[in-house]
Amino acid sequence: MCGICGAVSLAGGLELPDGAAERMIGVMSHRGPDEYGAWRDVSVFLGHARLSIIDLSTGQQPLGTADGTVWVTFNGEIFNYIELREELRGLGHVFRTQSDTEVLVASYSEWGEHCVDRFNGQFAFALYDRGRRRLLLARDRFGIRPLFWARHGDVLLFASEVKSLAGWPGFRPELDPAALGEIFGTWVNVPPATPFGNVLQLPAGHTATLDLGRDGERAAGPVFRRYWHPDFLPAAEDHRYVGRDERARLAGDVREALADASVIRLRADVPVGAYLSGGLDSSATAALIQHTTDRRMKTFSVGFKDAAFDETRWQQTMSAHLGTDHEMIRVGDAEIGGAFADVVWHAETPILRTAPAPLYALSGLVRAQGYKVVLTGEGADEVFCGYNILREAKVRAFWAREPESRRRPLLLTRLYPYLEQSPAGFLTRFYGAGLDGVASDPFFSHRPRWNNTGRITAFLHSEVAVAAAARDPESRLRASLPAAFADWGPVARAQYLEMSLFMAGYLLSSQGDRMLMGHTVEGRFPFLDHNVAELAGRIPASAKLAGLQEKALLKAAVADLLPAEIVTRPKQPYRAPDSASFIVGQGAELAEAMLGEDVLREVGIFDPQRIAALIRKWRAGRLTGARDNMAFIGVLSAQVQAHQFGRELEHRVADSALEPAEIAWRGVEPKP
Amino acid sequence: MELRDQIHGFVVENFLFGDLDPLRDDEMSLLDNGIMDSVGVMELVAFLEQDMGLSIDDSELVPENLDSIRNLVGFVTRKRG
Repeated sequence: MCGICGAVSLAGGLELPDGAAERMIGVMSHRGPDEYGAWRDVSVFLGHARLSIIDLSTGQQPLGTADGTVWVTFNGEIFNYIELREELRGLGHVFRTQSDTEVLVASYSEWGEHCVDRFNGQFAFALYDRGRRRLLLARDRFGIRPLFWARHGDVLLFASEVKSLAGWPGFRPELDPAALGEIFGTWVNVPPATPFGNVLQLPAGHTATLDLGRDGERAAGPVFRRYWHPDFLPAAEDHRYVGRDERARLAGDVREALADASVIRLRADVPVGAYLSGGLDSSATAALIQHTTDRRMKTFSVGFKDAAFDETRWQQTMSAHLGTDHEMIRVGDAEIGGAFADVVWHAETPILRTAPAPLYALSGLVRAQGYKVVLTGEGADEVFCGYNILREAKVRAFWAREPESRRRPLLLTRLYPYLEQSPAGFLTRFYGAGLDGVASDPFFSHRPRWNNTGRITAFLHSEVAVAAAARDPESRLRASLPAAFADWGPVARAQYLEMSLFMAGYLLSSQGDRMLMGHTVEGRFPFLDHNVAELAGRIPASAKLAGLQEKALLKAAVADLLPAEIVTRPKQPYRAPDSASFIVGQGAELAEAMLGEDVLREVGIFDPQRIAALIRKWRAGRLTGARDNMAFIGVLSAQVQAHQFGRELEHRVADSALEPAEIAWRGVEPKP
Repeated sequence: MELRDQIHGFVVENFLFGDLDPLRDDEMSLLDNGIMDSVGVMELVAFLEQDMGLSIDDSELVPENLDSIRNLVGFVTRKRG
C-alpha cells in the first residue's frame, strides 16, 4: 500500500517549514518503505511513501500529467485501471506508465471529480489541479483506506495517518478525552470525528474540494460531497418471499460477482496471498482464487494458544482442501500483551478489544515471508448478513409487533445459546431496550449493544463525562443518514449502521489497514467490491438471511467450492483473550505503568477510584464479563495513546524523520 | 456488617466500581438500569454462593429474588430461614 500526506495554503503562498516533508513522510514510512517522493508548487505540497505493487519501475509518486497541470499523491488501488485505461485511450489520452496512478489523473482530466464513480477500488488520494487551483481529496466507498485532515492556521494538512500530521512543525494533534465517550458508546468515533479534537477524517464515500483563492483571496471550502453509500431495498421488497428458483438464480449472480471481484484483486506485479481464518468468508475468497490458477497459493492464518479462541483445525481443513502452501503463527497472552503498545500506536484510537493484536502479529508473518498483498474475507458479514446483530434486529422487530409475547423473545436464545442459562425475565429486559422504537428510532437495532457498552463511560473523570455527554454523536449520525434510510427495514438499517460505524471505524482501520500497514502489507477485500455490495443490496434480506440462517445465500453461492464442514459450522466470531493478556510479562508491565493512580491523575481522563476498583476485580481474576473486559482494554489503550501522543510524540516523530536525500522531489518546480 | 450493607457493598464495588450515583435506592431494578447484565447475574450468584454460603437453585433465578438490593436482602434472609 502507501502513505500520503500534504499541505495546502489557504491564503497566499505555502511556506514549507524545514524538515516538514522528511518528518511527515518518515513517521509513516511503514506504509511504504520502497520509495519516498514529494512535489510542491507555490501553494501546495504533496508527499508520498510508496509500497510498490503495480508498475514497479515507473509508478513513482507524486505523479503528474505530461503537461504538469494535475498532480496526485495516491494510496491504494484502482483495480479496474486496465479497463479504464483502454476507455481513456479511446478518448485520446496517452499513457507513459503502466501504473493505476496515471489512470487516476487521466480519469480526473476526463471526468473531473466524478471520476471516483468509475473506480473499482480502495483508495485515498489528494489531487491538485493547478489550472483550477483546486485540491480534491477522496476516499473509497467503504473507508478501506484512511484519510485525515486538519486546519493549522492558514494551512490545511492531510495525511493517511494522524501521526504524519504531527510531522508538520508546530502542529500537534490534541487528544480530546470527550471523544472517548463516543468510543465507549458506539465503539468508534462517528465520522468525521476522530479521537483528536483538532483532526477530522474524510468519511467513507466522500470527496472534498477546496478552491484556492487567486491573487491573495482566501480559499473557499472544503466542500464535501458524498458520492456513494450502501443501499438497500425498501422494507416491503426486502422481506418479500424469494422462491427456490429465484434463490438459485441469485446465488449464481452472487457467485459470478464474487469471482470477478476476487480475480480483479489479483492484479499486482508481486505475488498475492490470502488469509484463512477457518470461517466461511475467507475460505470462499481463497477457493475462488485457487479456482482460477494452477499456481499453488500461499495462505496465512493466526492460531491461539488458548483453545477457546483457536480455529487452527478449520484453517488446516481448508488449506488441505485447496492444497495451499500454508503458514501460521500462534499467539498467546505474551504476544498480545507484548504487541499492545505498538498496536495502539498504529491504530491511533482507543480500542475496546485486543483482537487487533493477533492480526498485527499475522501481518508480521506475511511480511517475513516476503509477501506484500493478501486477500481476506472482510465485509462478508455486513454485505451478506452474517452478524448476530442483524439476526437480533430481525428477531427484535418480530417481537416488537407483539411486545407482550413471551415466546417471541425466546428466539434470541437461538442466537445466543448461553441466554438459556439466564434467569427468567433477564433476556426480555436486556433485549427489550428500545423495543417500541422499531419504526421511529433509526438506531433500534443497536440500542441493546450501545446501552451495554455505554456503561463504560462511568469510568470517565466527571468533567470528561459531562463534556462527552454534550457531544451527542447520535445527532451527528442521524444527520448523516441517507434519505433512503427511512424506507429500509430493520435488517437493512442495521447493515447500514454496521458498515458505516463498526466496519469503517474499527474493522477496516484498527483491525484492518492499520494492523496490515503496520507491517507494510496491503489487504484486499473481494466482498467489499462495490459491484458485489450493490448486487447484495438489491437482493431481499429474506434471501440473504433466510429465517435466522446467517449468510444463507452466500453459502448457496459458494458451497460447491468448500468442504461441507466449513459451510455448516456455526459462525465463530473472531476474538482474542482480552484482560487476561496483561497478567504477566510485558503486558503486565504495561498495565502497571499505565494504570497507576499517579499516571491516571496526570493524564486526567479517568476517575482513579473507579479504575482502582476495576483493577482490584481484575487482580482477583474476576474480570469475566464482556463489559468489564471492554472497560479494561478501553482504559488501557486510551492511557497508552495519551502517552504516545503526549510526551512521546515529539521524539517519536523526530526519530523516524527521513534524511533530505531520501526524498525524490518530482516535477518542474525546483525545491526552494 | 448488616446483610443489606454487605449486598449493597458488593453491588457498588463489583458492578459500579465504587460509583454510588446510579444506585438511587434499594428498590430500583439492577437490570432495567443496566447495573447488571447477564454476566453480572452470574457474578451475583457466585457472590451469594461463595461469600454468603448459599446454594442457589435454577428455579430461584428470578428477578423477584435478585433484581434489587431489597429483593436480594429478602431472598437471602428467607434462604437463611
